[in-house]
Amino acid sequence: MIAIIDYGAGNIFSVKNALDFLGVKSALTSDPGEILSADKVILPGVGAFQWAMDKLEESGLVDTVKKAASEKPFMGICLGMQLLFCKSFEFGEREGLGLIKGYVDRIPDTGLVIPHMGWNKLEYNRQCPLFEGLGEDEYVYFVHSYQAYCGDEALNAYVEYGSKIPAVVSDGRFVYGCQFHPEKSGQTGLRILKNFVSLKEG
Amino acid sequence: MLAKRIIPCLDVRDGKVVKGVNFEGIKEVGDPVECAYEYNLQGADEIVFYDITASHEGRGVILDVVRETAKKVFVPLTVGGGIKTVDDIRNTLRAGADKVSVNSQAVQNPQLIKEGADIFGSQCICVGVDAKAISPNKWTVYINGGRIDMGVDLIDWVKKCEALGAGEICLNSIDTDGVRGGFDLPMLKAVVDAVNIPVIASGGAGKLGDFAEAFEKTDCSAALAASLFHFKELTVQQVKDDCRSKGIIVR
Repeated sequence: MIAIIDYGAGNIFSVKNALDFLGVKSALTSDPGEILSADKVILPGVGAFQWAMDKLEESGLVDTVKKAASEKPFMGICLGMQLLFCKSFEFGEREGLGLIKGYVDRIPDTGLVIPHMGWNKLEYNRQCPLFEGLGEDEYVYFVHSYQAYCGDEALNAYVEYGSKIPAVVSDGRFVYGCQFHPEKSGQTGLRILKNFVSLKEG
Repeated sequence: MLAKRIIPCLDVRDGKVVKGVNFEGIKEVGDPVECAYEYNLQGADEIVFYDITASHEGRGVILDVVRETAKKVFVPLTVGGGIKTVDDIRNTLRAGADKVSVNSQAVQNPQLIKEGADIFGSQCICVGVDAKAISPNKWTVYINGGRIDMGVDLIDWVKKCEALGAGEICLNSIDTDGVRGGFDLPMLKAVVDAVNIPVIASGGAGKLGDFAEAFEKTDCSAALAASLFHFKELTVQQVKDDCRSKGIIVR
């Protein structure tokens, strides 16, 4: 069973729909017991960093999330990925979950349209179990104005948008983050989700 | 770099897909969930449902369509037509839409764009704009399916939309819509040059090369068509193959 953490953020139904489509059992939940007993955990999210951290704190889920991420495969999606980092500078500095080294700040202004919205091509930085079965030309769907800034050790894939934007990050163990929306990225996204739910570690 | 998007639009009335010519002579063509699924298989980058049902009961129907589509189509879904209030936006997003397209109501109440963007984020507020030329390189904005000229200058209006927080403009030319002679390139270019948010070209696609032409001659981010895809004259994949063969980046 996959726990999709429900802390009041949007797009959780799309993630559930995608897992249902893949025939994978999942539950939208804010119950610590259910999250900690799940095989794997997904932290979705759309919106602002501060607001989402507030919601996680109000739900009393911060420790649960950190514990789950230390024990089993864990995936943050979009804002859920950004929350995995140590801090963010969106509307003022705010501490994040600190599960992956790095921080979150605005996409640098290179003259391109912000938000970075649409389909962009994954550039692989290293092998990653989430990329199993993917080819060279894989496009995934992004919608965001802030991005992660992290070292090479956390960067599994990026996309080019004026600069390199981290697309798939990892703590090197079993915590993963996708800046894009795998649940809205067609067959490529479904494959990435399938690879995640098939992970053996943890 | 971002791929140029090809977007099939489904005009839905009372739960059925229809397509008008110049907004009139509407004709029924099928089940929206099935159509959306077919487009998804063809490689559509996004799917737009345009709800042309004016009645209140129709609203529930389109939300059911979105809910069912979201269970089997995993690309972004946009819903337009009849979105009047922040509650309409919320209900539409909750049903599974990723974006809403506001049109007539935004012209009459521009604050709807700002309120929607403030609460749900710019990325989910697309402003649909219907416009028509009054002289070369000058256009005005129409509402109610192209029936009422608001006398508002198109370029002033799209700049205002951007300032209010719109995340995207879907630009429909009343002059070329349904005529199938290609997109309205002068209008498209003028709008793309006026704003720094993505612009979707709409209205007028009639043949394969029209899509690539819009991407080659303007910096629009996406191109949308309805009847061409509905009546199976072209598939999304054929359009993408044509773009790709001309060096345009598509997914």
